[in-house]
Order: sequence, then structure tokens, then C-alpha cells
Amino acid sequence: MSTPIESPVAAARTPRPRAAWLARLRPSGRTLVIAGPYTWLLLFFFVPFLLVVKISFADMELGIPPYTELVTIDQGVVHVALQLSHYAFLLTDSLYFATYISSLQVAAVTTLLCLLIGYPMAYYIARSNESARNLLMMAVMLPFWTSFVIRVYAWIGILKNNGLLNNFLMSIGLIHTPIELYRTNIAVYIGMVYSYLPFLVMPLYAHLVKMDLRLLEAASDLGAKPWKVFTTITLPLSKNGVIAGCLLVFIPAVGEYVIPELLGGANTLMIGRVMWNEFFDNADWPMASAVACAMVVLLLVPMALFQHFQAKQLEEGRK
Amino acid sequence: MIRPNRTLQGLSLGLGFAFLYIPILSLIVYSFNDSQLVTVWTHFSTRWYAALLQDDELIAAAWLSLRVALLTAFASVIIGTWAGFVLARLGRFKGFTLYTAMINAPLVIPEVIQGISLLLLFVELEKFFGWPAGRGVFTIWIGHVMLCISYVAIIVQSRVRELNPSLEEAALDLGATPLKVFFTVTLPLISQALMAGWLLSFTLSIDDLVLSAFLSGPGSTTLPLVVFSRVRLGLNPEMNALATLFIAIVTIGVIAVNQVMLASQRRRLAVAT
Repeated sequence: MSTPIESPVAAARTPRPRAAWLARLRPSGRTLVIAGPYTWLLLFFFVPFLLVVKISFADMELGIPPYTELVTIDQGVVHVALQLSHYAFLLTDSLYFATYISSLQVAAVTTLLCLLIGYPMAYYIARSNESARNLLMMAVMLPFWTSFVIRVYAWIGILKNNGLLNNFLMSIGLIHTPIELYRTNIAVYIGMVYSYLPFLVMPLYAHLVKMDLRLLEAASDLGAKPWKVFTTITLPLSKNGVIAGCLLVFIPAVGEYVIPELLGGANTLMIGRVMWNEFFDNADWPMASAVACAMVVLLLVPMALFQHFQAKQLEEGRK
Repeated sequence: MIRPNRTLQGLSLGLGFAFLYIPILSLIVYSFNDSQLVTVWTHFSTRWYAALLQDDELIAAAWLSLRVALLTAFASVIIGTWAGFVLARLGRFKGFTLYTAMINAPLVIPEVIQGISLLLLFVELEKFFGWPAGRGVFTIWIGHVMLCISYVAIIVQSRVRELNPSLEEAALDLGATPLKVFFTVTLPLISQALMAGWLLSFTLSIDDLVLSAFLSGPGSTTLPLVVFSRVRLGLNPEMNALATLFIAIVTIGVIAVNQVMLASQRRRLAVAT
């Protein structure tokens, strides 16, 4: 009785080690499927960033490419030349220090203002009836789909000394001389809030619309005032949306170039603008690379937070 | 059901949307202004639209942007869908954290950083392999694809997660190869996410300024680069006309896409009931 059961098992056992060994050599379909996008991302995202770190230790040079080699071999001797002066300069120069502070400050104020305008918008859109909701979200998205540069440009016409806002305020007699707005930090704030607002409203809306409204009814039935319902239920439940939205605004805002360039004055210090000028105007690629590295260091904590948050959402989706 | 406070609702939505739309309306209104001075209204005219049609530099740049955007949209959907599917269906693998970080980071990282890093990659590649020779449409295209695949991957992975896995399992049980299941079962089911990803990539690409500035070479100036170099010098009524055209096209496009999506949603509901 035992033979018919035993024999196939034995037959399967003998060739198995060799097959397993071979299988390990030949990449499985699964590995190949993963390797495709993985290689792409390594080549076009990870490696380029390592190159930035590398070039930030090079020296500027006239030529193509305009930087020196870190490692040279001369008559069998390997020379390694690391130029640390860019970093020394970044750390000691007071103008650079002011730039870091001002970039972080502009981004933080922008985020806060976006939250103050965007939270009520997202909240009330989520509480509208279903047909209005889609229309309103479409209206929030529409500016985002039109040209970014042109939307920033629109504010020049509004904020200039003889622009729409000053003309309007003077015509109603509120002011007699135009307020200086264009090419100031106020203009930068307005432009930043305007451009980044949809990025905050979208994730926030997604969280608020999913909320179980019965919880609010229960609280209200139990005698909580509307403000109390909001602070004890709605706000904590939308916490993740708030964090996601704020990070989506804050991180890119730190490195913003276009808005301070078009709306800001000469004294609007933003790190993205400084990097751009080092690269395009001074053609100092190593210095620009060093500034880019400094920017990444500045953004390390918020970026890690964003990654943590996205990973958490991924895990929740998995369950 | 608790009703939101009507006054507060009207106030916050009214102010919010006024903030979002007053600049756009001002662009449109002043594009029909005859005066060279953008902020002084003289009388109605369409001269800036005529000027737009004569502007060869702008038209050439627009064609280039359109070409790059189409190439980008197709490539990003292919690579992004692949990346998003790996994220959603292949579980945890070695290097998973690095993988998710490389997908998430481009969503937020300042574009100037991505611009300089890709430029350095192309410069070093050219130094060692002689390829790509100089910068142009190809380098801009790769840059834009890098910008867009993260968005596509995120859209696709969230859609794939919503799918009922038993549909794919049934096909596998009936003897289809995994690749065949992906193309005949999974892809048709996520077609709407693919369309959303395609449209998003197209707009991100046609609108991108910073990456293009780093990755373009002589003779490959995209539309945003031309627009930026002009508005940097101050107000320019021709740009108002261009903006109005942009807004008109986008509005029509968004409404059309919305109609298509609503229609297909209704059809699905009709099939389900």
C-alpha cells in the first residue's frame, strides 16, 4: 500500500536541489517585474542625486563640463581632490544663513495661510450636497490645470503700483497714494498661497468627505455645541489630511524659484532662487550643487515625515 | 443630519473662490483691451490675438511643448502604471522602503533639485558614453517623465488596491499566464485611472518650467520658457491673450473629461443594477 504513495515523493525529492539552485540563478518573473521600475528610478532619481553630492566637492573650471574631476590618475598615482570650500562658505556666510531662515519662514507662513483659507474651503465643499461637491472641486482644480507661470503673472497686473488693486482702492477713496506691493515679500506670499492652495485643499477634502457624519450627529445629539463638535471630532479625524496637505505645500515652497523671481524684490531671499542664480548666472555648477545639498538637508525632516505618512497610508490600504 | 452654517459656508467659499478666480478673470478681461498698457482700459479689441498668430517664436515653442507633452504622457503612463502595480500587488520585497521613497520624493522635492541632478546625470553620461549628445527634446522628455511617473504610480496603486482580487485569481485559475491576466483583466479595469494619469502627465509636462530650463538646449525652448522670459520683463498684453486661450482650452477639456467620466460611471451603475 505504501509504494504508490512513496514513489512520487521520492521522485520529486531527488532532482529538487539542482532545480532550486538553477531557479535561483535565473531571475523569477516577480524579480523581473520589480526590477523594471526599480532600475528606472535608481538611474534617473537616485544616481543623479549622488552626482549632485559628488559635484558639490568639485571645483569650478572653464570648460565642458565646467567642473573639475574629483579623482585623477597621473603617472600611476591616484589624486583625490575634494573641494570643501563651498560647504565652508555655505555654513559661514551670513547672507546664506539669512536665505535659509527666510526660505523656511516664507514656506511656513505660506503653509499657515493656505491652511487658514483652505481648511474652511475643503470643509464646506465636503459638506455640500453631492452634485455641488464635484462641481466645486472641479473649480478648485481648474486653476491648477492652467499655466502656472501665467497665473503668477496675473498677479503682477493686480499688485503693481498702477495695477488693479491700487486703482480700485484709490477709486473708492480708501488710500490716496498706491501701496507698494509688487516686488515685495507680501506679493511673494500672495503668489505662493495662490499657487499652492489646491495642493492643500485636495488631500484635505479627500479626508473630510470620507468622514462618517453620524459621529457628528451623535455628538450634537448629546448636546455638544457646533464648535465643540468641530474641535473634538472633525479636526482630529482630519489630522492626516492636514499633515499631508501642509507637507505638500511646505516642502516644494522652500525651494520655490518662479514666484519670488516674478513677484519678489531684490531682497526676497529664497534658496531656490540663490541656487538658480549660482547655476545660470554665475555658471558655478559645484556651488549650485552644494546649495542643492544644503536644501535637501534643510528638507530632510519634512521629507522623512512625508515618506512616513505615505507609507502609513500604503499599509492602511493593504489591510 | 446636521446642516453646516449657511452664512459661514457662503462666506468662506465665496472668498476662497474669489481669491482663486479674480486673477484669472482679470487676465481674460484685459486680453481684450486695446491699450499697450495692460492695466489701463481703452476699448475692446482682439489685436493681441492677431499678434499671437504672427508670433513665430511662440508658435514654434507651443508645438515643441505639445510634442514633449504627448511623448511624456504616454511614457509616464506606461512606466508609472508598472511602478504603481509593483507597489500595490507585489507585497514587500527587498529594498521596498527605498522604492517607496523614490516614488514619493518626486511629489514634493523642489524642482530645482531634480533639475540640477538630472542635468548632471546627462552631462556625465555624455562625458563617458558620448550619449546623449547635448541637451534637447530627449533630455526634457526624460525629465518630465521623472516628474510624472510618481503621480501616475500613486493614482494606479490606489485604484489597483480597490479591485477585487478574485477577478484576477479566477483568470489565473482558468489557466491564463500572469502577463495575460495583467493585460486582459487588470488593465481594462483600471482604464479610468490610466486616463486620469495620462491627463495629469500631459498638463504637468506642458506646464513645466524649472526642469525644462535645466534640461533644454539651444533650439529646444518650450512654451513656458518663452512665456517666462517675456513676463520677467513685466506686463505684456500678448501673454494675456495666450492665457485666455489656455484657460478656454482647459475649461472645455475639463468639462468634456468630466462628462465622459460621469457617463461611464452611470453606465457601470446601470450594469450593476
